[in-house]
Amino acid sequence: MSDATQGLVAFRAEIATWISDNCPAPLLGRPMDESAIVWGGRKWTFADDNQRLWLERAVSRGLTAPRWPTEYGGAGLSRAQEKIYREEMARIGAPPPLESFGLWMLGPALLEFGNAEQKARHLLPITRGQIRWCQGYSEPGAGSDLANVQTRAADMGDHWLVNGQKIWTSYADRADWIFALVRTDRDAPKHKGISFLLMDMDTPGITTRPIRLISGKSPFCETFFDNVKVPKENLVGELNRGWDIAKYLLTHEREMIGGGASGLLGGRSIGQILAAQEGDVLADPVLRAEAMQAEVDALAFTLTMGRYKDQAEAGRGVGNASAMLKYYGTELNKRRYELLMATAGSEGLEWEGAHGGLAPEWLRTKANSIEGGTTEVMLDIIAKRVLEMPNS
Amino acid sequence: MKDLTHSLLETEDETMLRDAARGFLADAAPVSALRANRDAGRAYDPTLWAAMAQMGWTGVLIPEDAGGADMGHRAAGILAEEMGRTLAASPYLSTAVIAASVLRQAGPRAAGSLQSIAAGEATYALALDEGPKFAPAATAMRAERQGNAFRLSGVKAFVADGSTAGRVLVLARTAGVAGDAEGLTLFDIDAARAGLDRQALSTIDSRDHARLVFDGVAATGDDIIGDLDAGLAALRPGVQAGQAALAAELTGLAGEAAAITLGYLKERKQFDRTIGSFQALQHRAAHLWSEIEVTLSAIANAGRVLDATPDDATLAVSLAKARATQTAKLAVSEAVQMHGGIGMTDAYDIGFFMKRARVGAEWLGDYGHHAAIIATLRGF
Repeated sequence: MSDATQGLVAFRAEIATWISDNCPAPLLGRPMDESAIVWGGRKWTFADDNQRLWLERAVSRGLTAPRWPTEYGGAGLSRAQEKIYREEMARIGAPPPLESFGLWMLGPALLEFGNAEQKARHLLPITRGQIRWCQGYSEPGAGSDLANVQTRAADMGDHWLVNGQKIWTSYADRADWIFALVRTDRDAPKHKGISFLLMDMDTPGITTRPIRLISGKSPFCETFFDNVKVPKENLVGELNRGWDIAKYLLTHEREMIGGGASGLLGGRSIGQILAAQEGDVLADPVLRAEAMQAEVDALAFTLTMGRYKDQAEAGRGVGNASAMLKYYGTELNKRRYELLMATAGSEGLEWEGAHGGLAPEWLRTKANSIEGGTTEVMLDIIAKRVLEMPNS
Repeated sequence: MKDLTHSLLETEDETMLRDAARGFLADAAPVSALRANRDAGRAYDPTLWAAMAQMGWTGVLIPEDAGGADMGHRAAGILAEEMGRTLAASPYLSTAVIAASVLRQAGPRAAGSLQSIAAGEATYALALDEGPKFAPAATAMRAERQGNAFRLSGVKAFVADGSTAGRVLVLARTAGVAGDAEGLTLFDIDAARAGLDRQALSTIDSRDHARLVFDGVAATGDDIIGDLDAGLAALRPGVQAGQAALAAELTGLAGEAAAITLGYLKERKQFDRTIGSFQALQHRAAHLWSEIEVTLSAIANAGRVLDATPDDATLAVSLAKARATQTAKLAVSEAVQMHGGIGMTDAYDIGFFMKRARVGAEWLGDYGHHAAIIATLRGF
């Protein structure tokens, strides 16, 4: 065994012990539905003390952001160590101590594009779960055509004055801060007049309104900006270069939404979940065949996620191919929830029934292939950028 | 699969091997060579096989002390993938992958056989299937014992490389009844032995497949590979290596069929436009590319797992074969459809890809066979 392999074996033993010593037993093996997620933030209340304890302990070890540098509250783990950490978490059914848009998106953006002051100010509150962020990208007239954003930030000398409207801002009503794409140059071509701006949701002039969805839930909001004064230092990266950050983050988001297909069901495969259900739900030959196909595809997709991450890690960027992860992962996730609903039968048809909140979760997955770039946009990206097929 | 920390990225050595193989096969075994073989009624070109031996490909899985290059299963898969791209016909899978993997487990008695394979002198066929589907345990063929001798009688219905191979690895029943996993014994016999009638089949992929009729073929205890009544165990390393490499071949085939089709979409004009500018076709091409990308991971993984933990490779191998079977089917179906009428002509190459993909889908276990193994291993 090489030194590196030996080091990983030792790390696995150490991290496994740490997880089982520190994750409160009642949290282990719980279904990972929406209510089990800890989002953190100023308005957050824990469902119970176990959640609070698990977060505090994970924070003390940097494990809310395993790959981030330790100075920003991360654990500074290598890619291989992070994989092991996640495998060991999944093995005993330990939930992630914290999930947030700060961890998934803003943090990576600040680490790449933020200045020293912005990193120092914003990253620690993210890893500690103290500040909850939301994302202000889409607008009523800027969906798939995201670069068409019209929310304007006017340069008033000592501050930005923001006016406009965002839509599909996830959990804006519960978030403390928002990172948004705003137009800072109305005369430039549309991709070249956009900037990336951070705003405290408590700033006067910002209001949010939840949107009720087909799932009966309201994870998304409309967010309105009416003469909002924002400090100049809240602009990330270069003026009018916000599209670069947006593209970087969209790549990140695509990988994450795609990755949800292997993570959302608590690390367990669709086949394992169905096999564990009462009664022989797979006796139906059609459902059984579909479950087998989903299992085959999910296993191969998980390997592909790993391969792409290794490739990015090795400095050989993944680039537009990440559109494939988003496309494939979200379509796979929808298939899995169709299977869960079909095997639940009439028991899955109540909003809150024998299978808990399965029906709303199933409806929620229908957004997977719309948010963060639709399936059709992903296929366009693959066709045009990867396969270099001609424009019409 | 348990240890997900191995990387599926290619090493520099692997990339060099791939590039070298691609360059060689483009010259020595393009698709036009398959067409020429077919038109000449020849299963493969012996000079191609000799060249492969020269480059060490016949010894890819053979230890160095037996004259092999011992490059491992990932490397064997890379070679197979590249052979899939040009539909290169040779006894590579039967001999260099399957037989070599069986024989290297067989101890000192097989050292000579391994040397002959590595040198490009010996070719092998694996005689298993008696019905239309891959099912080793269903073997009914008898090996009747008479002292230390055996008499083999029965019919092997579909044997890849069966009419040209110099030797045959044949699974026969020494105990029990068809369907029992126990009681099977693996024999390594000369194909010229009396009582063995080899009937070449004319199959859609224009390669060598044969029906082997055994009528009291004599064998002795020395011909047995592994232990008496434990033939499936002796066979397993070869079957798994073959499944992984065949999956790699199918994935190379799918990739090339997709590449040829993409080239056609960029060039063919209808309605005064390049048809590749139509979004309906762009999305289908993008979907196909996605499926191939996902399958490539399963191929690399199977090679890595066979190299690292060969005793625990069943899930990885079945995943590779299931995915490759399905992906190749999609690729060749889309390829012919998107070519339109010209894709249906014999003069155009794309049909060769479709026909080989169908044979590869059946050989060594179809999609359902491998998906069922995966389901069992995953607890349902």
